[in-house]
Amino acid sequence: MSETSLLVGPFNRVEGDLEIRLEIAEGRVTAAYTNSPMFRGFERMLLGKPPLDALTITPRICGICSISQSVAAARALADAAGIAPAPEGARVAALLHAVENMSDHLTHFHLFFMPDFARPDYAGRRWHDRAVARFTAMEGSALKAAVEARARLLHIVGLLGGRWPHTLAIQPGGVTRAVSMRDKIRIGASLKAFRDYLEGVLFGAPLEAFAELDSIDRLKGWDRGDVALFLEIAADLDLARAGPGPGRYLSFGAYPGPDGPAFGRGIWAGGVAGPLDTGAIAEDISHAWMLGETAHPREGDTRPDETMRAGAYSWCKAPRLDGRSFETGALARQVIDGHPLALALADEGGVRARVAGRLLEIARTQRVLEALAGAINPARPFMAAVELPQEGAGEGLVEAARGALGHWCRIEGGQIASYQIIAPTTWNFSPRDATGTPGPVEAALEGARVAGGEDTPLSVQHIVRSFDPCMVCTVH
Amino acid sequence: MNILWLQSAGCGGCTMSLLCAEDPNVLDLLAGAGLEFLWHPALSAATGAPVRRLLEAVIAGEQPLDILCVEGSILLGPNGTGRFQMLSGTGRAMLEWVRELAPMARHVVAVGTCATYGGITSTGENPADAVGVQYDGSHPGGALAADFTSRSGLPVINVAGCPTHPDWITETLLLLAADALSRADLDGLARPRFYADNLVHHGCPKNEFYEYKASARNLSQIGCMMEHLGCVGTQAVGDCNIRSWNGDGSCTRAGYPCIACTAPEFEEPGHGFTETPKFAGIPVGLPSDMPKAWFMALASLSKAATPHRIGVNAEADRITVPPSLKKPKP
Repeated sequence: MSETSLLVGPFNRVEGDLEIRLEIAEGRVTAAYTNSPMFRGFERMLLGKPPLDALTITPRICGICSISQSVAAARALADAAGIAPAPEGARVAALLHAVENMSDHLTHFHLFFMPDFARPDYAGRRWHDRAVARFTAMEGSALKAAVEARARLLHIVGLLGGRWPHTLAIQPGGVTRAVSMRDKIRIGASLKAFRDYLEGVLFGAPLEAFAELDSIDRLKGWDRGDVALFLEIAADLDLARAGPGPGRYLSFGAYPGPDGPAFGRGIWAGGVAGPLDTGAIAEDISHAWMLGETAHPREGDTRPDETMRAGAYSWCKAPRLDGRSFETGALARQVIDGHPLALALADEGGVRARVAGRLLEIARTQRVLEALAGAINPARPFMAAVELPQEGAGEGLVEAARGALGHWCRIEGGQIASYQIIAPTTWNFSPRDATGTPGPVEAALEGARVAGGEDTPLSVQHIVRSFDPCMVCTVH
Repeated sequence: MNILWLQSAGCGGCTMSLLCAEDPNVLDLLAGAGLEFLWHPALSAATGAPVRRLLEAVIAGEQPLDILCVEGSILLGPNGTGRFQMLSGTGRAMLEWVRELAPMARHVVAVGTCATYGGITSTGENPADAVGVQYDGSHPGGALAADFTSRSGLPVINVAGCPTHPDWITETLLLLAADALSRADLDGLARPRFYADNLVHHGCPKNEFYEYKASARNLSQIGCMMEHLGCVGTQAVGDCNIRSWNGDGSCTRAGYPCIACTAPEFEEPGHGFTETPKFAGIPVGLPSDMPKAWFMALASLSKAATPHRIGVNAEADRITVPPSLKKPKP
């Protein structure tokens, strides 16, 4: 019997800084502790600023979820003002947001997740030569194709948002640039080119064929594109059983439209779908280097414990819903939207489920993008007038690529008096709470295999990256 | 040349922007110039222990380092310890790593306005005590001393921008690889002059509105945003409207103001980012190198001469009055 502990870091091919401490016995992880080791303090930076400054400052929390932060800030301010954006403006904001999420999913699969299978550790596996050719870090042919397709897709953000990341185009009243018919045609052309890439390379077939899969057996039978290579690897390495999450999923609902969000809002726990009560959210700080009390973000505070007290081990707070941890992300969104394949994957809940959930969302989001772009009416206004109140409060709830993102702001005397943010990876990579219950990724890592001599266990890397953590958002 | 890239206290957006390089893609572009990453936190295969060994080898002088790129501000807090950002797995602050690695590098490149001057991470009460690699705002002396030079003899090269344009980074790296970047190629804030000698105003599609001070009053109107909406494109360095972003984009093309994200202390304009501070109804900031009296005289004259088309369009969200056509020749 051998018991040991490992400190894994710098943990790369995740966005931002992550350190994980593992306790290991008998070749298995027995406990995991996730540390978000960087504190910048955005919630404090915003205090005393004019409320609209949140539109400049909060996107800069994160260079990969920048538009998600933009949209959340714009919605929180619009909520405080008690207005709705111009419908065409809301549509364009949703389009920009979906482009970013799509781009992030592509980045994750090709640049962050798949390169691990090209490692020499897997030499001799029947798929290894293909993984090396397609997914070697910085060199693989699939990586290059994805980087190029992503850059072209982001031309839509260049056109409507000026640049990516860090646009100021998304405002509480809509967007700053009215879309002309020429723009609309151009966007359609970019989306068609992106569909051709997805169908030609990643899926190897019409997206609709993938989106229609309704069972794990049918998923396992998918034999085309780089998706097939992933599924072959997943089967060989039994990634279905690696890293199961808490089995509880949360989504704020993505891309709101006149008929509700394109992907629905709610929770899913123990096999049962339910409504989401955001009033039941609270951030526990028992194991975070933070001072204060457990609180709903409306009443929350961010005061770093500069002593970095023993007993705490992360700058990340631990958000809980009704006292329970929840997993959020593409899989969660698709589960809560009720897609049959996602519902089957929800029970599985591990590495394969998370990655397949993301692939499913790519296939479905392309249609959302096409519908949003097709519905733009260039003749209408894209911005509504907004008067921000001297006193007020608002919340902005969106779905970033990595899951549920919330902004809660309070305005007093025309200035920001409180601004609290819970990012998706704050949920997924939270430390333990006051009951000692680990956060979702901490729980998922328990039981992970560690081979003799491994100082940076591969199974742990697969599990962590399957969540697609965004650590810069996590603490903010 | 090899590159070691560290992400200190920033958003990672400059790397994300870098990945938007086109013709060719960033991976082929850098490889084609003989540039390879020793390690990059978002792109490299290595994670954990092998990375720690690599960093130690650089500090021990066993692994030569050509270019150290630092993306993100450096956190001095709490209380000068740098412990608000520990480089994970190492038990040491990023502040210490940067101070030990920088003297080993032939060149040090600060990528983005956080790394150059502190940037957005230092706004408000600057809770984490963020500074740039070699500047604290506009003042020389950040995580590294004001008189630091790397082994090449150059100071830290400041590729400022929030985010940086992908080409600003790649072209800086390519110039270094070609041994074609000297101190004279950097401006007074150590920014590469190939982009910092331009103003965002150059090539701005709102130039005709600017000529007549025909101004947008609200965002989404297409007039010039200098008078009312906080645009400082006439003072901000960058070739944003010459080379454009993500295809054909730029901030002003998308209808929102330039906030001078290439400048030190852009994060603290002293007023809302999308409003223009005025004194007696007149904008406080002047275009770079413009004598105030001349500006006032020309502005009032041109405003009075604003053609109908330009005045109407300035306050519309699209062109409503087209240019008049020449009459056919008789």
